Amino acid sequence: MATTTLDQTIEHRQRSSLAAFLGSQTFWVLVAVILACIFLSFATDSFATTKNLYNITRNVTFVAIIALGMTLVIITGGIDLSVGSVLCLSSMVLGVTMHAGYGIEVGIAASIATALVIGAFNGVLIAYLGFPPFVVTLGMLSIGRSLAMVASNNTVVFEFGPDHNLLLQLGGGATFGIANPVLYMIVLALITGFVLRWTRFGRYVYAIGGNEHAATLTGVPVKPIKVAVYMISALSAGIAGIIQTGWLGAITTNIGAGLELQVIAAAVIGGANLAGGIGTAFGALIGAALIEIIRNSLGLLGINAFWQGAFIGGAIILAVLFERVRNFRQSE
Amino acid sequence: MAVLELANISKHFGAIHAVNDVSFAIEPGEVVGLMGDNGAGKSTLVKMIAGNFRPSHGYMRLDGKELILHRPVEAREHGIEIVHQDLALCNNLTAAANVFLGRELRRGVGPLRILDYASMYRRAGEIFKELKSETRPRDLVKQMSGGQRQAVAIARTRLSDAKIVLMDEPTAAISVRQVAEVLNLIRNLRDQGIAVVLISHRMPDVFTVADRVIVMRRGRKVADKRIAASSPEEVTGLITGAIEQV
Repeated sequence: MATTTLDQTIEHRQRSSLAAFLGSQTFWVLVAVILACIFLSFATDSFATTKNLYNITRNVTFVAIIALGMTLVIITGGIDLSVGSVLCLSSMVLGVTMHAGYGIEVGIAASIATALVIGAFNGVLIAYLGFPPFVVTLGMLSIGRSLAMVASNNTVVFEFGPDHNLLLQLGGGATFGIANPVLYMIVLALITGFVLRWTRFGRYVYAIGGNEHAATLTGVPVKPIKVAVYMISALSAGIAGIIQTGWLGAITTNIGAGLELQVIAAAVIGGANLAGGIGTAFGALIGAALIEIIRNSLGLLGINAFWQGAFIGGAIILAVLFERVRNFRQSE
Repeated sequence: MAVLELANISKHFGAIHAVNDVSFAIEPGEVVGLMGDNGAGKSTLVKMIAGNFRPSHGYMRLDGKELILHRPVEAREHGIEIVHQDLALCNNLTAAANVFLGRELRRGVGPLRILDYASMYRRAGEIFKELKSETRPRDLVKQMSGGQRQAVAIARTRLSDAKIVLMDEPTAAISVRQVAEVLNLIRNLRDQGIAVVLISHRMPDVFTVADRVIVMRRGRKVADKRIAASSPEEVTGLITGAIEQV
């Protein structure tokens, strides 16, 4: 190394992007997902069936889609606890609107608008008034579900007016043998991944999570971007709500209850760091996949469903433990 | 002609006179050490040049034209660059990403513009070469030494045609070997005709690299001398007040 010139040093790549990926938490969780799938294919007769794989991939989508939005929030160093309630409220607005005889376009527009308004409310309080994200979104968790109860008078909505069948096809149908929700998830993940990697907005999201003060000093529009990520998070919950309504064919006021914890777990298992600055769209999908496979496999292996929480919790801790061990090694 | 000229600048916060009737001029390619104890008015003075505060009295001129700044961004547009004491770096981003933070290069048309990684890596590499710093554009700032981090912060000032660079305590928190690196970075800026204002508590740094030293005490300028005509003892006396004024 003593003979290298300044040019060579500057040109030298310390590690390629492939090497970086192979060393990431996301990669190891992906390995875990693949190993679990291989194991389950051999250990059970029912795992590697078309029907079961169809169910797993579709079940993943609801958590995965919201985890995409949540990952953006987590990268900025924030948290959004309101996504479960936003999913419920958006679904209910969709249901009530369509039940009243409006078409699916109006229902979806009203539903998306509701989600965006809630996201903007969260974002403005957090970015401009300096509220802690935990507090604002905890409040919204309560408000959102309450509004959903008000909107529906706490009844179950299962008749969606003239476009009833269209809505059920949207969420419950399949295209080329793949459940529609899975296709939506793939498209949304590609968009999220593209935005994070290739746009200035994405770069600023990472910068805010890395050092918000530095981002402000260098002229990054920190506040508008924070509002935007909370709107995106709520939007992802709204979209998941619309799709889920189409799949379930009915909306109760307790759908999405506790969902925020699964979503945060998916993002964190997939490599997003709650301290901010780190996370990927792909990681959000992988994290959601691992959770769903744990859930699915326990059923197939005949293990009591009460163990589900223990296994998912263990996965969260293991995934982050792996990251800690790697950091210890680096700092030594 | 002076690149930056301050004429009878004062800044009052209510009854407190943070800066009082200060005048000086800086030539292109000149390194000026700005020294003074805590509360002497250095930071307030720098914040006026950086566009954070507006002077209560007096005026500033940049290249002979009157300079009025309302916001820090305007200072940058005029070619005044600041290297903040805490460097304002994002540890989770690469060196190149930090250099271009807030000024990313993009390619494409209209609203469909994507980050131009290749150009940013190349340009950042050129700047590090110019600064003679062994800093790799693709490395994360998290993994860098104090000297390399300084190089990243200083590289930002080279993106535009900076006329004057204000450096706030660049050597306060780094090792001895890295101090030498940073002083070299300052010399490299000077060699390219950029005026550097070095705010520092460290006497050896100022006497190593500066051409001139300006000493402030209690809001007033008490000395403005060529380094060759002064001594660390004299400057210490001026800072503490043991020597009234020269």
